[in-house]
Amino acid sequence: MKYAVIVFPGSNCDVDMYHAICDELGEEVEYVWHTKSSLAGFDAILLPGGFTFGDYLRCGAIARFSPIMQAIIEAAKAGKPILGVCNGFQILVEAGLLPGALVRNKNLKFICRHINLIVKNNQTLFTSLYKKGEVIDIPIAHGEGSYYCDEETLKSLQENNQIVFSYDSNPNGSVDNIAGIINEQGNVLGMMPHPERAVDALLGSADGLKIFQSILANWRDTHAANA
Amino acid sequence: MPQTHEPTPQQIKEQQLYREMGLSDEEFAKVEEILGRMPNYTETGIFAVMWSEHCSYKNSKPVLRKFPTSGSRVLQGPGEGAGIVDIGDKKAVVFKIESHNHPSAIEPYQGAATGVGGIIRDIFSMGARPIAMLNSLRFGELDTSRTKYLFEEVVAGIAGYGNCIGIPTVAGEVQFDACYEGNPLVNAMCVGIIDHKDIKKGQAKGVGNSVIYVGASTGKDGIHGATFASEELSEASEEKRPAVQVGDPFMEKLLLEACLEIIQSDALVGIQDMGAAGLTSSSAEMASKAGMGIEMNLDQVPQREPNMTPYEMMLSESQERMLLVVQKGREEEIFAITQKYDLEASVVGTVTEDKMLRLFFKGEVAAEIPVDALAEEAPVYNKPSKEPDYFAKFRQMENVEPEVESLEETLLHLLEQTTIASKEWVYDQYDYQVRTNTVVCPGSDAAVLRVRGTHKALAMTTDCNSRYIYLDPVEGGKIAVAEAARNIVCSGGQPLAITDCLNYGNPEKPEIFWQLEKSADGISEACRVLETPVIGGNVSLYNETNGEAVYPTPVIGMVGLIEDLSHITTQYFKKAGDLIYVIGGTKTEFGGSELQKMLTGKIEGKAPAIDLTVEKDRQRRLLRMIQAGWVASAHDVSEGGLSCALAECVMGTNLGLDVQLSGSMVTTLFSESQSRFVVSVKPENQAAFEVTMTDALQIGQVTDDGQYQITGQSNEKWIQLPVSELTRRWKGAIPKCLQKSKA
Repeated sequence: MKYAVIVFPGSNCDVDMYHAICDELGEEVEYVWHTKSSLAGFDAILLPGGFTFGDYLRCGAIARFSPIMQAIIEAAKAGKPILGVCNGFQILVEAGLLPGALVRNKNLKFICRHINLIVKNNQTLFTSLYKKGEVIDIPIAHGEGSYYCDEETLKSLQENNQIVFSYDSNPNGSVDNIAGIINEQGNVLGMMPHPERAVDALLGSADGLKIFQSILANWRDTHAANA
Repeated sequence: MPQTHEPTPQQIKEQQLYREMGLSDEEFAKVEEILGRMPNYTETGIFAVMWSEHCSYKNSKPVLRKFPTSGSRVLQGPGEGAGIVDIGDKKAVVFKIESHNHPSAIEPYQGAATGVGGIIRDIFSMGARPIAMLNSLRFGELDTSRTKYLFEEVVAGIAGYGNCIGIPTVAGEVQFDACYEGNPLVNAMCVGIIDHKDIKKGQAKGVGNSVIYVGASTGKDGIHGATFASEELSEASEEKRPAVQVGDPFMEKLLLEACLEIIQSDALVGIQDMGAAGLTSSSAEMASKAGMGIEMNLDQVPQREPNMTPYEMMLSESQERMLLVVQKGREEEIFAITQKYDLEASVVGTVTEDKMLRLFFKGEVAAEIPVDALAEEAPVYNKPSKEPDYFAKFRQMENVEPEVESLEETLLHLLEQTTIASKEWVYDQYDYQVRTNTVVCPGSDAAVLRVRGTHKALAMTTDCNSRYIYLDPVEGGKIAVAEAARNIVCSGGQPLAITDCLNYGNPEKPEIFWQLEKSADGISEACRVLETPVIGGNVSLYNETNGEAVYPTPVIGMVGLIEDLSHITTQYFKKAGDLIYVIGGTKTEFGGSELQKMLTGKIEGKAPAIDLTVEKDRQRRLLRMIQAGWVASAHDVSEGGLSCALAECVMGTNLGLDVQLSGSMVTTLFSESQSRFVVSVKPENQAAFEVTMTDALQIGQVTDDGQYQITGQSNEKWIQLPVSELTRRWKGAIPKCLQKSKA
């Protein structure tokens, strides 16, 4: 399976994502610079964290105009798995691939720490290897990670089972403790916590690895079925 | 448009305008002698900034010469952007610390942020990939709204810059003492990794090669920043706010990635960051080191606003700029990379052989100065030194044990002292994990980062107990280095080398110069004994407000090598049943201690004594025990003494401790005697451990009941408190101080 890690000017978790795939998952992975216009040949697309374009204007607001975004939108339509983490989540929201918005943390400060995350929906291609309700240890590191949406959107997220991860103890003021959501089609996941930082027990937790393993397992199933 | 009307050479001389720029009458006369004529306005400004203490070390050079700077692993000592130490596997570690004190006192967010930005450029201009940031901060007591503002904004500035550029801030120290109220200290350290083959130097070699400017355009910010850094602060300093630069971490991220790509090109000859004194120092220093000259056409310098003068361009300290020397004819290869990152880049000059810095502007010569006069021939002053009156008085004071009413309350209060209290409020705001190498996060003795592609790791720390140095600069200087080394050893590392940031008051006062000189003696001796040479650093003098100096604060930044990931050790107890040992004896030493300050509000008496031979031997044996796998946890005993060290081993775990101690209670629990460690050992390793650590005294064991329990020899209770209560007080102290202002 071949993963693309999209690199925008100011991305800074690209290396972490890259190593999670090649060192821990053992799959093929390549960096793709934001001015490229094609994602042909990639089976999954990863938007890493960071401060694209310095977070100027609004987090993710400038990155969404990068040439690569057209290819990402097409890949989303085509049903390819797309994972946006932290700033990657913010970009997906700005690009309209996921509903809602991410605003400043309630305490108005950047927060970096390990937190407990609850797997609310394990029926997705990103979470199928987790148990429903499983509590996992994944770090957060963000200043603008408070998820916001209106009541109508929240209701539809809840009804469609689109809330994939929620916080055990809300660190940032997110609506309904939301930490990660998926689109209606089930192939675009955005989350504030950093699973790519939790893939090696040496660094404190390997609980995030199952996200990448789930993507791989589901891809293998599909391709075995097609073969 | 006409230029602003600059004073003529005659006016500069007759009206002594050079004095405002920081040049003395003697220095101005020397400038005239070097040039054989009167300098114009631009030239006067260039000399003033290059001969400022910040750039020339004119007052501190005689002291810096004392430091041992070589060692078998040292690949680059002081003199370049940063020092380099070999770590094997054809890799090396690059690190340096620098101060940004005065800007942070005036504009704390930007002052701290640009301090971070500046030190990062020093590392990547050597060709290294920055992997970690550390810092060392000093503020006044956390009880005035001004100090709280400075503290919150400095932390926010460090976080804002470091988080955005994506370099983890992994360790640091924060201390609070009244002497820093008007003049906080903000020291930032950056650590990088480099392959030996990529080491670059800031040298302008090869006549005819192109000088290329890359990065942010030049604005009017930070003009004379280096001169400002070389004066005392006063009420009038507020007016110097324009001398504080504004940082753009996004621009620096682009510059960082572009430079690391450029470094792989053999078209690159030399590279240097435009830091203090901007375009002036980078060009003059690169030329001087190569024995060359540089000619620049200032019309080609990217400018942020119209009608900038040569004076402004040469003295601007606009951030995120680099100066490159590139082989003639291969400029396009460099531009291909800068264009990828949307960075401005332009050829601004060429390397010449006449050893002159020659600047052209609108077709005319704007300045013409021998480069060596700027970089090498700055005046050096041997300042008078005088032992301050307080020193003899302190030396004569007896070591007496303070009286306390309740041991339990004393411990709880000590844990709430801002200097000891948990700094979680601070490091929670720093992204300490980005780039996923951080194995030991902030809070333990030293941060530990793995080195990808090897089985090795690096331990790093910043340390300085300035109270001891104030009381006794020689002993205090030794302690600062020894404590840093203890932190490295406790993490499983072999101390490699240090970088130092020497923060002092006005060196023109003989008593201040004495502090500088004597503490350098102490640091040098400790560096020699512990075999940790000084590979670079920074001097920040004139840290005074309205005539009051800060404590002498030579911050030690140390890096150690952990030979194998399995050696990584933390201070936290691991398992109930493990045996607890204390290594090293305790004497009645309360001079400069946390308990003394808490009880009396004063810092006085004798600093704790230190025997470097004992220190070295103990560190060596403990490291061997850690490497052999016989030590479960290790922690050094520092502020607050043994009782606080024990608390720090157990807070943050769900364990407890049951310890039996002897001796006089207050001394045993709270004295700050040096060269001591608290370690825990699995019962099965007891025999092996005790054979080597003959000076380790078993004092108790780790329990699973969540109680912190200390008894005396006849089992009488000394302290019994739930660990959860210790943790609550320790973690709550700083948020509580900050809350008060908002009430």
